[in-house]
This record gives sequence, structure tokens and C-alpha cells, in this order.
Amino acid sequence: MTDDKNLEAVAPAGREPLTLINVREGMFGAKGDTSGFDGLIQHVQMPGASERPYGEWFDGVVDVLTELLGDDADAAIEYVVVDRGELTLYIAREHLLAVAQHLRDDQDLRFEMCLGVSGVHYPADTGRELHAVYPMQSITHNRRLRLEVAVADGDSHIPSITSIYPMNNWHERETWDFFGIVFDGHPSLARIEMPDDWVGHPQRKDYPLGGIPVEYKGAEVPSPDERRQYR
Amino acid sequence: MSTNANATGPILEDPEVPEYTVYGSDWSEVADEAVRLGQQRIVMNMGPQHPSTHGVLRVMLEIEGETVTEARAGIGYLHTGIEKNMEFRTWTQGVTFCTRMDYVASMTQELAYCLGVEKLLGITDDVPERASVLRVLMAELTRIGSHLVAVGTGGNELGATTIMTTAFVAREETFRVIEAISGLRTNNAYIRPGGVAQGLPEGGVAMIRDMIPKVKEGLDELALLQMENPILKGRLKNVATMNLSACMALGITGPILRSTGLPYDLRKAEPYCGYETYDFQVPTSTDDDAWSRMVIRMEECYESLKIVAQCADRLERLGDGPVMVEDKKIAWPAQLSIGSDGQGNSPEHIKHIMGESMEALIHHFKLVTEGFDVPAGQVYQAIEGPKGVLGVHLVSDGGTKPWRAHFRDPGFNNLQALSIMAQGGQVADVVVAIASIDMVLGGVDR
Repeated sequence: MTDDKNLEAVAPAGREPLTLINVREGMFGAKGDTSGFDGLIQHVQMPGASERPYGEWFDGVVDVLTELLGDDADAAIEYVVVDRGELTLYIAREHLLAVAQHLRDDQDLRFEMCLGVSGVHYPADTGRELHAVYPMQSITHNRRLRLEVAVADGDSHIPSITSIYPMNNWHERETWDFFGIVFDGHPSLARIEMPDDWVGHPQRKDYPLGGIPVEYKGAEVPSPDERRQYR
Repeated sequence: MSTNANATGPILEDPEVPEYTVYGSDWSEVADEAVRLGQQRIVMNMGPQHPSTHGVLRVMLEIEGETVTEARAGIGYLHTGIEKNMEFRTWTQGVTFCTRMDYVASMTQELAYCLGVEKLLGITDDVPERASVLRVLMAELTRIGSHLVAVGTGGNELGATTIMTTAFVAREETFRVIEAISGLRTNNAYIRPGGVAQGLPEGGVAMIRDMIPKVKEGLDELALLQMENPILKGRLKNVATMNLSACMALGITGPILRSTGLPYDLRKAEPYCGYETYDFQVPTSTDDDAWSRMVIRMEECYESLKIVAQCADRLERLGDGPVMVEDKKIAWPAQLSIGSDGQGNSPEHIKHIMGESMEALIHHFKLVTEGFDVPAGQVYQAIEGPKGVLGVHLVSDGGTKPWRAHFRDPGFNNLQALSIMAQGGQVADVVVAIASIDMVLGGVDR
């Protein structure tokens, strides 16, 4: 299925493709349509790693972080992506705590707040299916950046950063609840939105939206995720 | 699974300890039984159905006499899967979902979401000035409404019904303007990716100007009722305190953070929609308590009215003009107008697509049913909501629907502070603490 021509077509120019968001087949939600586009396969990629200079204050922050991490820097910071004026650092999970500690404590970084953790499920991104995205906010320097940690579906463990950012307590519980990412070291990783005995993690892509078909004047309207729809 | 923690399971796990389920009428029997057993530890369940919980919040309190020794919040009773649902609808339809999260501050969420979508599309600078002014107007009217509900219900929960009625009367004046402009009082779906649904109706500027003194009158009346009220002072001062370091540890933003003296407001720190061009102050206090938060909310209402007045001047100066981006591949094609039977589709637009132009009909149909493609990538957009920093994380797979939409509701984060605020205080002050956090469970649970 993966032919290089297709990859090139959608990867942003001059950048190494990074996260495979989705592999789309056909033009429409229903299979076997007559449009002639049924066999179309599209590989949709996240914007890839950026080259220096990153611009704005981004270079300085990456430099400080690299210096603080020392020998671990190359292993810790997987990629640096600058897209739409926002800085994203892809961090290896083994080094997440060290990175978070530096981001909070160093006077040149001083990201006092972590605004939570947002899970994202990319089923097509083999070996990196589950992403945890941490938006960081610095009040001192009035800056914002994003940490992203990717793990495999079968081994979805990420160290909890609640020891550094206690504010992430409920956010990590939410991401465990909805995506099944286990935050090791969390004081009490209980479900937060779904009932305690709920089975499954509802915001994963393989979890159906649910809903029932509705009959109207003899015709049946399928539930929202079963409807014929555009891609 | 590596975890077996339970959020809502029994706090007492010892089978030897007797458990009672009480519904309010048989307190004396339980008290007698507790005396007989000599048990000191009482766990009380407050909610999920309780008038002072702003929705359906469950609070598990461990009490010793009248003192709270441990407080835990249990949420999730109002979880509706809005974020998941948004993944199955177009980017424009997402507005109708996110507006229903924190239903007391509907348009705040619309604004954050639309700014995020525009950043993904790269059209932030293309939004017409008139649309940005209307967005600021709506955001500030929403802020006034949200604060009035916070202050009003906060008073009501302490038994002061007139504080509630006065606040709601003033809020109704903001709703009149919001309804005249957007067609709806709440859950407006007015702010859309690329602009707003429609411009001001005829006489709109005059209507806004008429409203300002009425809301001010309501605020003045509310201030007179509250500011020198010895009972209110006794209930709120030095209650539910939380200092700056606790706020930073728990990521608290909004009026609670500003009550510790830090003037952090994203409208000043990271202006959006041209907030840097408006003249307004950020009220703060250093008292750290429920009283100062209430006062800050009142002061912010006056500041918001100043912004509303500036919006009216600008709208008058800008006159008629577009309220949507020019790009017809993004701008919503349908137009609304007010007819004899209320607001509905504009007859001119229907005439155009049904009678004059086949291309316009196709364009309308494609954009309304299919939507527009948003280039692949992710963005984070944070704005200053009435309750604190509202963040939106959006991921697009290049299609017509969000791959992921996540909202960092300020109430969700701030509710974590309930334990710190309530523990060590009186049971009755738990209600004050909840009111001073001012979360709405629709937003917390999403």
C-alpha cells in the first residue's frame, strides 16, 4: 500500500515526514462508490522536523534545553517542529521527567504551567500510535511550547509528570480514561469522566461513536458514524 | 491494566466498618447510632444532585463534627462526549458542539475554537476587523453574563435570593443584545471559522448603547447589596483561601489567580482579536479569599462594559461591511435575515441559489454538506475565558473534520483546588469554595 510516490505527494516540501496521521482510502465514507476515486489512497503526514534556524525565541529555548540535558540531549529531543508559529518538541518518554524539570526550573525557560495533556490516537502510525501532547505556558517569558510523547499501542506507558506539575493530576486521569495511556507514578490513576467499571477507552479511533439508527417516514437514517459521509 | 484506583468507589474499604445511606430526614438516628458505636469518622456525600454544585458535581467529604478533614470531587456525571462527536462533524459544525460545553459562557468556547481553526487554515489575519470587533463584543457580554451567574448563584447558595435575582435581571439585558445579534440567548453558534454568522441588525449600535446603563444599574444595585453586607462578609472573607504558590502548583487561572495578586490575563499577555487596542484594566487583589474573587468578578464586569462601549463606537465607525473572510471556499455561504416570523434563511440568498445560479447552488451544497479541507497539522489556541485560561488543541488530518479536538476547560483544572480550599474549613464553607471556583460542570465534563 505504501508507495513512495504517494508519500511525497502529501509530505510538506523539504521536510522529513514525521507522524502519519491517517491513511485515507477513497473519496467518500461508503465503500464501492461509482465516483472512480474509490481506489485512491492518501497518506496524510504531520509537518515534519524543522531545520535551524527555527526563528523567534525558539532557537534559544532549544539551545538552553540541549545544554541542560547534556549528553542525553540527542536521545531526549527526538525532533523539533516549528509549524504555524508554534514550537513542538518530540520527547522520548524516558527523558520526559528530566525535560519537564528543566522547563519548569531553569530561569531562562521557566514554563510555570502545563495546561494539561491531550491524547491523540494515530492508528496508522505504526509503533507510535498514541501521542500525549503537553501544552506548556511560561508566564515569566510569556511563551508557549508543546511537548509531544509518542508510544506504541501495546506499550502505552508514559511517566507521570504530576511530581513536577501537580496541576496535571486530573488531566492525566482524563487521558488514561479516554485513550488508555498509563501514566506511571501518578498518585491515583482512576478514571475521571467514565464510570469506574467502564470497559474501553472511548476517544480512541477504534472505539465507535455509538448511537442508534433513526427511522423517519419509512426510511432509516444510520447513526452518525455509520452514515455515508465525505472524507 | 496497571491501575485499580477507583474515583467513585467506597472510601472505606474495611468491611468491619458500618455504612449508612442517609437521605436527609433520619439524621438523628444515624447520629445516635454513631454515638453508640463510638465511630468518629463520618464520610458525607454531597451531590451529584445538589443545588449548590453548578450542575452535577459529587463531593465526598470526610468530616469531624463541622470540620472538613478531607474533600474529594467526583466528576463525570455530565460527560456527553462532545470532543468525540466533533470528530464526526465538519469544522463548522464543531461550533455547535463546543458552544454547549460551558453553557454559561457559550461564545468563549466558540471563539477559542474558531481562532484555532483559523490558525490551522492560516487565515488569522484575513478575518475582517468588523468580525473581530463583534467577537470581542460577544466575548465580553458573555464574560459579564458568566460573572453575574457566578456572583448571583454564589449569593443564592448562601440564602440571599435577591443577589441571584438582581444578577439575573442584569444578565437578561446582555441576553437581549446577544439574541438580537445572533438569534439565540445561549448556545449561539454565532462565531464561525472565518468570522461571525452575521453582522449587526438595524439599530444594533443604539441597542448596545441602551443596554450599557441598564447593566451598569444592575451591577450598581448588586454592589450595594453586597459590598457592605455583614453576613456576606462574614461568610466570604478569609474563606476558601488559596495563595499564589498553591495556584501555580495547581495551574489555577482566571479570577482565582488574580485574587492572589498576579495580574495574569491573556487578553493583555497574548492579545487576540485586537484586544491590545482596547482600553481596560485587569482587577486584582491580594486577599486570596472568596470575597476578593467575588469583588474581582464584579470589577471585571465594569471593565467589560468599558470594552463593550468601545466596540459600539468601532462598529458605528466601521459601518456595514463583510463579517466573514473573503475566501468563498471557507466563508459560510448561507445568509440569515429577520422576517415576519422571526430569524431564518435570507430570501435573497434562497432566490439566488434556487432561481438564478446553478453554480451558487452547487457551491452552497458542497460547502454546507462537505465542508472545507483544513491542512494537516496541529495548533494550540488559548484565550482568557471568564473562568480562566481556556485552551483548545486541534489536530487536522487534512480533511473536512477535526482529527482531534480537545478543550482545556478552566473549570476542569480549577476544580482540582476544591480539596485545598475546603479541607480544614467548615462544611458550610464547602459551598462557598465551590461558588468561588465558579466552574460549570457542562464544561468540566464535556
